[in-house]
Amino acid sequence: MELQTIWFFLWGLLWAVFFMTSGFDFGIGTIYPFAGKTDTDRRTMLNAIGPLWDGNEVWLITAGGVTFAAFPLVYATMFSALYTPLMLILFALIFRGVAIHFRSKIDTPAWKKVWDFLIFIGSFLPALLFGVAFANIFQGIPFDDQGLYHGNTLRLLNPYGLLGGLLFVLLFIVHGANWMAIKSAGALQTRMVAISQKTWLILVPVAVIFLIASYFATDLYANYFQYPVLFFVTLVNVAALLSIRYFVHKKTYFKAWFASAVTIVLCTFFGIIGLFPALFPSSMNPDWHLTAFNASSSPLTLKIMLAVVLVFIPIVICYQIWAYHLFKNPVTQEDLDMDEAY
Amino acid sequence: MDPVFLSRLQFAAATMFHFLFVPLTLGLSILVAYMETKYARTGKENYLRMTKFWGKLFLINFALGVVTGITLEFQFGTNWSRYSAYVGDIFGSLLAIEASVAFFLESTFIGIWIFGWKKLSPKAHAGVMWVIAFAGNMSAVWILLANGFMQNPVGYVIRDGRAELDSFFALITNKHGILEIIHVIPSALLLSAFFIMGVAAWHLLRKQHLDVFEPSFRIGLVVGLVSAVLVAVTGDMHGVNVSKTQPAKLAAMESHWETQTRAPLVLFAIPDEENERNRIEIGAIPGILSFLGFHDFNAEVTGLRDIPKDERPPVLPTFIGFRTMVGLGTLFILLTVYGWFKRNKLLENPTYLKIMMFSLPLPYIAIEMGWIVSEVGRQPWIVYGLMKTAEAASPVSTTQVFTSLMGFILVYGLLGAVGFFLMAKTVKEGPEAATR
Ligand code: HDD
Ligand code: HEM
Ligand code: HEM
Repeated sequence: MELQTIWFFLWGLLWAVFFMTSGFDFGIGTIYPFAGKTDTDRRTMLNAIGPLWDGNEVWLITAGGVTFAAFPLVYATMFSALYTPLMLILFALIFRGVAIHFRSKIDTPAWKKVWDFLIFIGSFLPALLFGVAFANIFQGIPFDDQGLYHGNTLRLLNPYGLLGGLLFVLLFIVHGANWMAIKSAGALQTRMVAISQKTWLILVPVAVIFLIASYFATDLYANYFQYPVLFFVTLVNVAALLSIRYFVHKKTYFKAWFASAVTIVLCTFFGIIGLFPALFPSSMNPDWHLTAFNASSSPLTLKIMLAVVLVFIPIVICYQIWAYHLFKNPVTQEDLDMDEAY
Repeated sequence: MDPVFLSRLQFAAATMFHFLFVPLTLGLSILVAYMETKYARTGKENYLRMTKFWGKLFLINFALGVVTGITLEFQFGTNWSRYSAYVGDIFGSLLAIEASVAFFLESTFIGIWIFGWKKLSPKAHAGVMWVIAFAGNMSAVWILLANGFMQNPVGYVIRDGRAELDSFFALITNKHGILEIIHVIPSALLLSAFFIMGVAAWHLLRKQHLDVFEPSFRIGLVVGLVSAVLVAVTGDMHGVNVSKTQPAKLAAMESHWETQTRAPLVLFAIPDEENERNRIEIGAIPGILSFLGFHDFNAEVTGLRDIPKDERPPVLPTFIGFRTMVGLGTLFILLTVYGWFKRNKLLENPTYLKIMMFSLPLPYIAIEMGWIVSEVGRQPWIVYGLMKTAEAASPVSTTQVFTSLMGFILVYGLLGAVGFFLMAKTVKEGPEAATR
């Protein structure tokens, strides 16, 4: 395989892993003010993601950095064209990050209320906007051969874009509720299981509508019709989606969480495969698509970066697995009483 | 107002705000790791209380460092897309390496450190803090190499209208980048040492928690003294390098207009950029500028008049920035040397403690001034000699940049206030009371 092709899929993989890991943080943040009835509930939810969310967020920084390193033209065009939504996402992430750290530093209701609101916004908004942004990328973005953007920001909120946003939010809520089912006990756990099950019932039809709408709104299926074996990935995806329900029902929450993780990765790959070789298609003229071949870095940079990524990302995965392993047990009262707890 | 100007303002505000938190993360992580190691080795309770107290301050600061860093990572794309497309081949890879070798390590292990007190042995837990300290400083290494490329581009060829990587080795052995590393990391330690001494002085003046704050102050003194000297030595090396690679910056740092040999150092001056001279000049010492720039009293130093007008950096901020940094650097050496002689009689020197308490903000000023010298002095180039800042901005609308700039000012203003408030609260509460 050519270097550029390898990099195209690595690029997709990094975004997919970001959605998979930060996905449950965003999901938990989204249901946080509704499902967390008491202060203890809320603190349990924060401490369930406490040790992990920061490391999860670095997948975003790496996905961004790798876009910059391997496909500089995409990095330049994508982020300047999507200026306003990206700024909104960044501000949301600022609020979320600070809020998680600072919420429990002062024990007054007014102080906590402010940060609780910001945790919600800071989780819901990125979940929604990443979905909207990716759905719009699937459709193509109006930019010309100079990389000049010809749309306005509100146009991103078209029906297909919003559908993508809704899909992301629902996926993340299920994923987050599954994680909480692992990390909590008693009434909170029961509530989380119910949220996972009910949301799943909405998620499935939305996913089906999204698959159908993609046929009409995008060219994603072209690659699939050319190489029908690719539909196998979609099949596995559907199987993963269905198995979430099964595992939740069997009360094997870790497997359920793993199934929602696989679902998120494969949903991302549904789009990535369809896009290939374009990373950032132009809706104005197919000749202006930014692809793995016309927007990549020089071969030398791609080689060096490949070596870096192949050495360091497996190491990262190892110590992140260690961290997950260290904090796999339900959050207890003793954990909440710790000085450093959120 | 054009988008280029607004983007410059936005980037400057965002980096400078980020760099309010970065140095304390870099330096304090090392010092907290040292304290915790002491605890793990000796089992003495006051070291544990020390670790936890400084650790709390470290974490508040760290949270703000992380969130302000994320916006920077994406601003090259949002606001400097032409720049990103032009040098992404080189610059982007350094940023991506930084994320994959340093940020992951730092962010994952910080979670383990915060929540792992009961899950890890004291030695392993102290080890985790060493990993954090290593990772943070590694991230500085890579980002400073990236900045080094902008200051002194090396290891590239121009092909297909953009800069492409030619030698990765040249990139990571870039002299400018290495000078930045050896100047910035000690300056971060210096700032952290002054932070510790300042906070400790506040408690020592109140004669409370002496078993935590006396040893803390002494750690700060030693580290402060060593790093103050290192910063001055490496700063001097920086100056010699700049005079060769960026003569316009050197001239602006000294507000030096006339090309001459035996160039003087002016003690006080007010630059007058319109008329290309200094309005007031007091106390010129012949030959000193030549010596500082070239280590030779007779060397010729290019003046600003011999540099085309459109290649001159803004003189006033560069000049003031350099004066302030060097002045403060000298003061830091004096303060720490004096403290060294009084290190065992701290409580008998309340005036000295008071001075150290009020000196806490000074390294912050010095560090920000250093970046102004380095970045404003590089103007009008974004990549020295290769690309001008004006050609680098994204084709986005003024309204967009204006709105986001206002957002940054508002949000960062609030965050800064909250962070300061929480830090002050933590300082006031002091460490946990001793159980014995
Ligand atoms: C000399 C050091 C230095 C400099 C010049 C910069 N940074 Fe920084 N950065 C750090 C040193 C650092 C750090 C000490 O490693 C931080 C501070 C808090 C932290 O967690 O890591 C950090 C955090 C940090 C993060 C969050 C990482 C995380 O989640 O762990 C990002 C994305 C950036 N930075 C990106 C940048 C960019 C794009 C810069 C250039 C304009 C930049 N930083 C300048
Ligand atoms: C690797 C790290 C850094 C990189 C790559 C970098 C790059 C840049 C870029 C792209 C600009 C905008 C163009 C311009 O106006 O010159 C800029 C400006 C600026 N940066 Fe940096 N910067 C870095 C670190 C910092 C830090 C940490 C600070 C200070 C805290 C800083 C201070 C400034 C200032 C004050 C300006 C405004 C200069 C002006 O517009 O006249 N920089 N830098
Ligand atoms: C004591 C004498 C000092 C000298 C002679 C000195 C010299 C210099 C010079 C020449 C530069 C510009 C380098 C360039 O742009 O190429 C610089 C930058 C800088 N200085 Fe200093 N400095 C001194 C003290 C300090 C102190 C005390 C601090 C902070 C605590 C500090 C922090 C910085 C920073 C952050 C930069 C920007 C990054 C860089 O270019 O390395 N300096 N210094």
